[in-house]
Amino acid sequence: MKRTPLYEKHVGLKAKIIDFGGWAMPVQYTNVMDEHRTTRSAAGLFDICHMGEIEVKGPQALNLLQLVLTRNLAEQTTGQVKLSALLNEEGGIIDDLTVYKMEEDSYMLVTNATPKDRDWGWIKSIQEQREFNCVLQDVSEQTGKLDLQGPRSEEILQKFAAADLKNLKFYHFCKTHVAGFEAIVSRSGYTGEDGFEIYVRCNVVGLLWDKLLSAGAAFGLKPCGLGARDTLRLEAGMMLNGQDMDETVSPLEVPYGWIVDEQKEFIGKAALMAKKKSGITRKLVGIEVTGRGIARHGYKIFKNEREVGVITSGTFSPTLNKAIAMGFVDIVCSAPGTPLEIAIRESMAEAKVVELPFYKRLK
Amino acid sequence: MAKPNPQDRYYSRDHEWLIYYSDGTALIGITDYAQEMLTDIVFVDLPEIGRRVVQHATVAVIESVKSVSDVFAPVSGEVIEVNSRLEDSPELINQDAFGEGWIVKMIVEDPEELNMLLTAADYEEMLNEEKE
Repeated sequence: MKRTPLYEKHVGLKAKIIDFGGWAMPVQYTNVMDEHRTTRSAAGLFDICHMGEIEVKGPQALNLLQLVLTRNLAEQTTGQVKLSALLNEEGGIIDDLTVYKMEEDSYMLVTNATPKDRDWGWIKSIQEQREFNCVLQDVSEQTGKLDLQGPRSEEILQKFAAADLKNLKFYHFCKTHVAGFEAIVSRSGYTGEDGFEIYVRCNVVGLLWDKLLSAGAAFGLKPCGLGARDTLRLEAGMMLNGQDMDETVSPLEVPYGWIVDEQKEFIGKAALMAKKKSGITRKLVGIEVTGRGIARHGYKIFKNEREVGVITSGTFSPTLNKAIAMGFVDIVCSAPGTPLEIAIRESMAEAKVVELPFYKRLK
Repeated sequence: MAKPNPQDRYYSRDHEWLIYYSDGTALIGITDYAQEMLTDIVFVDLPEIGRRVVQHATVAVIESVKSVSDVFAPVSGEVIEVNSRLEDSPELINQDAFGEGWIVKMIVEDPEELNMLLTAADYEEMLNEEKE
């Protein structure tokens, strides 16, 4: 298994280590419930070094990204982050990634860990075929990434950041120094809380991890693992690539219609438009289990004894104290309020379709 | 650190404990080591009263926030009582795995099967081997 630069730190903290897509990652340090609640009430620090970073630079960088990504980036300003989807020719989701506009003709793509090499190969092949005048560089190995998430994140990070974080808007970033190290600080995350994604060189990420944890302790900061990251993102209604979607899933079938711009050309558009015309047959929805039990990935969904779908993510929600899930259902069963049943072992548990997200923070 | 394993009961290799009573019934739960591994228990799926289970078959299911784990019957028998307090307070297993967090009571069908279980000392030895 691959290890992040922080692996020894996790072992030292007695984290439970799991294989996450070929990476040895901490799933929890204490327990998921505690880490989850810590992030909602104070702040959590997550090792996200496993995610990928790809730089795209040159006079035709924007042309390449406009062709491979679904989101229209023409209006993106320097310092802005945009979520987008990378599709195959059939309109299936290869990855959902964020685009950082560093300056004119210079971008950084932040990819999921597992599909990173697939993303790289796909974007590179299109750049070469179409002879776009730009240079791609995979900087994942050299880049360390920490996510600092939760209501007290700004106070903690401000102790180290040269930039004034109050002025940093949601889904915007700045190039600054954190604890004296060159860093990119983005106000964004995957938990539904206020917080930051911090990028530094991989050789200083361990030092930054230690500094943040020790200064953050007074604010209630704790290290948090992928277990809490998963329950936090699910409560916030965010999907996980490889679990809620893959290359057989179209952005029209999941809550990603808003990142598809039909006014521009992009790879996969023709297939998407054809699908839209013929009508989609399934949709990913939020589900609350009202009966007994917890729905998990792969459990079957029924309505009136007819199988109508499958759970893609499910957990006990530490914030809401009930079982929540996401899953694909037949389009006719996708309206909020629709009663469903989930096959949990030998019995059927009552459930219903609900609006996403399950949890929204008070601003 | 896990609590010491009481001497008054049997243990299974799957981290269940069993107290055998003179009336031929047995109380079953999971060990403190097991609850530490599972961490935050949020749901316990209990069997119906009267269900007959064979040795090593699933008798209950314990879910933590992130995981689903089977509780295996250490011996064959019929379920005659379940700890219904676990329906509202599954965390009792985390708090007191050897006591208040018991899971089911069974009639032991074949007391010979008890010979296949471990003593507290054997169980501790097994845990130490697992750690190495």
